Amino acid sequence: MSINRRQISRRSILAGAAALGLTGTLAACGGSDDDSGGSDSGPVKLTYWSWAPNMEKVAAIWNKKNPDITVTVSKQASGGEIVSKLITAKKAGNAPDLIQVEYQSLPTLVSNDVLADITKYAGDTKSQFAEGLWGMVTLGTDALYAIPQDAGPLMFYYREDLFKKHGLSVPKTWTEFAETARAARKAVPDAYLTTFSSNDPGLFAGLAQQAGGKWWTVGSGGKWTVGIDDAATKQVAEFWGGLVQEGVIDNQPMYTPAWNNALNKGTHLAWVSAVWAPGVLVSSAPDTKGKWRMAPLPQWKSGENVTGSWGGSSTGVSTDSKHAEAAAKFATWLNTDPEALAALVKEVAIYPAATKGQSGDVLTTPEFFSNQADFYTTAGQIAATTAAAAWGPNVNTAYTTFQDAFGKATKAKKEAQFDSALATVQSKTFADMKKQGFEVTEA
Amino acid sequence: MTSAPLKGAGLVEAGPLADGTGTAAQTVRPSRPRRRGRSAPYWFLVPTLTLFAAFTVVPIGYAIWLSLHRVQVKGIGLGKGARQQVWNGLGNYTDVLKDSEFGHSVLRAFGYGLIVIPTMLGLALLFALMLDTPRARSAPFARLAIFLPYAVPGIIAALMWGFLYLPDVSPFYYLLDKLGLPQPDLFDGGNLYLSFANIAVWGGTGFNMIVIYTALRAIPPDIYEAARIDGASDLKIALRIKVPIVLPSLVLTFFFSVIATLQVFTEPMALKPLTNGLPSSWSPLMAIYDKAFLQSDIYGASATAVVLALATFVLSFTLLRISDRYTREDRA
Repeated sequence: MSINRRQISRRSILAGAAALGLTGTLAACGGSDDDSGGSDSGPVKLTYWSWAPNMEKVAAIWNKKNPDITVTVSKQASGGEIVSKLITAKKAGNAPDLIQVEYQSLPTLVSNDVLADITKYAGDTKSQFAEGLWGMVTLGTDALYAIPQDAGPLMFYYREDLFKKHGLSVPKTWTEFAETARAARKAVPDAYLTTFSSNDPGLFAGLAQQAGGKWWTVGSGGKWTVGIDDAATKQVAEFWGGLVQEGVIDNQPMYTPAWNNALNKGTHLAWVSAVWAPGVLVSSAPDTKGKWRMAPLPQWKSGENVTGSWGGSSTGVSTDSKHAEAAAKFATWLNTDPEALAALVKEVAIYPAATKGQSGDVLTTPEFFSNQADFYTTAGQIAATTAAAAWGPNVNTAYTTFQDAFGKATKAKKEAQFDSALATVQSKTFADMKKQGFEVTEA
Repeated sequence: MTSAPLKGAGLVEAGPLADGTGTAAQTVRPSRPRRRGRSAPYWFLVPTLTLFAAFTVVPIGYAIWLSLHRVQVKGIGLGKGARQQVWNGLGNYTDVLKDSEFGHSVLRAFGYGLIVIPTMLGLALLFALMLDTPRARSAPFARLAIFLPYAVPGIIAALMWGFLYLPDVSPFYYLLDKLGLPQPDLFDGGNLYLSFANIAVWGGTGFNMIVIYTALRAIPPDIYEAARIDGASDLKIALRIKVPIVLPSLVLTFFFSVIATLQVFTEPMALKPLTNGLPSSWSPLMAIYDKAFLQSDIYGASATAVVLALATFVLSFTLLRISDRYTREDRA
């Protein structure tokens, strides 16, 4: 128990926030001087906070073509941390010009006045994206808060070789999925079809979207409605809770060394994941190259064709930016220009949100799925069926509560606890909004 | 307060000087360096005080100020001016005290401390005493070996142990499996405390041992000679002479350990993603981190941090008073 380390870590957290504020103010003073000088002479300088690897390479293409607007990428953490950091930076008045924002964080950042409305600079950008995606960046209003960058439609990944070996069929519905899970457990006693991970609320949210769950909605009366425990989501929670209780689905969290091992050894035969799964499998299960196959997500009603999303992000412009127009220009170029899209696919390994980026030569079959030549054709068809997501201004609270409550439930392996865990997420999310002063009701 | 005696001393000093040279001009001159001397200490203090103010006082003041506010949202809270920072008085503080999760996290930290502190300090004292015996072989190597884990960054130590605790990747589980022994779930319930305590003891014993060992080396050897002439064995010397003399060092390491216990963060934070069994507010600092950086509630987080800091301060101060009384009685 290294005393010094502990003290440093505590100080850095206590003082960190304050110090951030302090240095922020100082930097803001310096920044504004630079900016006022910059707008008169020399190129416009933009800062872009992004967590995607190799984003600077894509920015370099822009910089070469547009000497009058220079974009510098600053690498950040993703998830809840970049949101907190942005809110703090905004408080200090020096948020970066451009921001990579996950779709579920958009309402939180809009609510904190971090994101600027860029409708007037966007032109006809709307036509380049699927309606569901566009709804997420407008929050259903007339404003436009970001340009969609990548999408993460959910799919069903399975080990083709092992499915064949054990005579398992690829499930088309969730009922069949449960049967396959049972059959798999019977065929290979030390293996599971997959796991339910309490550490990944994003996946659960996607599954709930598929079922028709609407977690946050704004009614006509100008009030939020929180419906995390709506009938659709309940159905999803009970379905997975039942399978975990039955013991046919594993209860270990994802993204752990143990999980990597299970994928690599083949003791997990499938994975419900998004279009970006090949990139994860390459590093998590390197020995299984060419053995996986992707299929559409099982459906709740046979014959239906819906999927949810897990992840995906957009590019926003901050309200602190002195060059909103230039920033919006870059954001539009980055996410709609063919050359930029090609670079995003090649360097950053994302699945573009722009419709024209989802087809064509830009997307070459991932090497890991060399056995499935039509990987991106299938993916494109699935992406077109993505249900709209409904995000609210306190997704972070809902997600942390989810991890804690569902962590307990998955550990206990009791279906009833999955139900009460969902109720906990609902009540805590609602209470948090109420406490902050939002006009809000429960579904 | 200090200026009066200084002035007095100056006058007394001026006497002999004046005697030696005898002119009025020279009796005045010595007072100039003295005046400069009076302000000099303050100039020396300026860098420290500036840094102290900038990096300790101001941040703490800002945290306290934040802890007295909260955010007020209007309507559906989207767009400009939807959020305002408003005065909340002691509202955040009553929330913290009513928050059962935070209370649990404090209790968990205490439970963890009850395992860590006695084990770690016991081992540190034992190792220090053993290294200090004249019969100890290859003491420098042993000292380095025991100290080395302290040099491993906390996050790396936590991840390393975390991998060793995970049944699917741990060599220990492989051995247990081969030997047909039961395989405990080290991330479950009470075992979780032992798992964390093990990492803390592994990493912290070396540091505490060095503190105690240094105190032992400072004891003059003639005390031991005297004891030996009186017929004391090595064990008796250790228990009757060495331990009482290094007691202040033990008290010091105890304080460090109590404070570090309340601030346990790295191990549970690093191991959280590996298991379902670790809530996001397992330890007090995790609860604060969660509030500040995941839920973006810097107001509530500041209030929680202030409460934790005050509690730590009160606890340390009380323990210090108690130990002070004890050590003084011992001397008397």
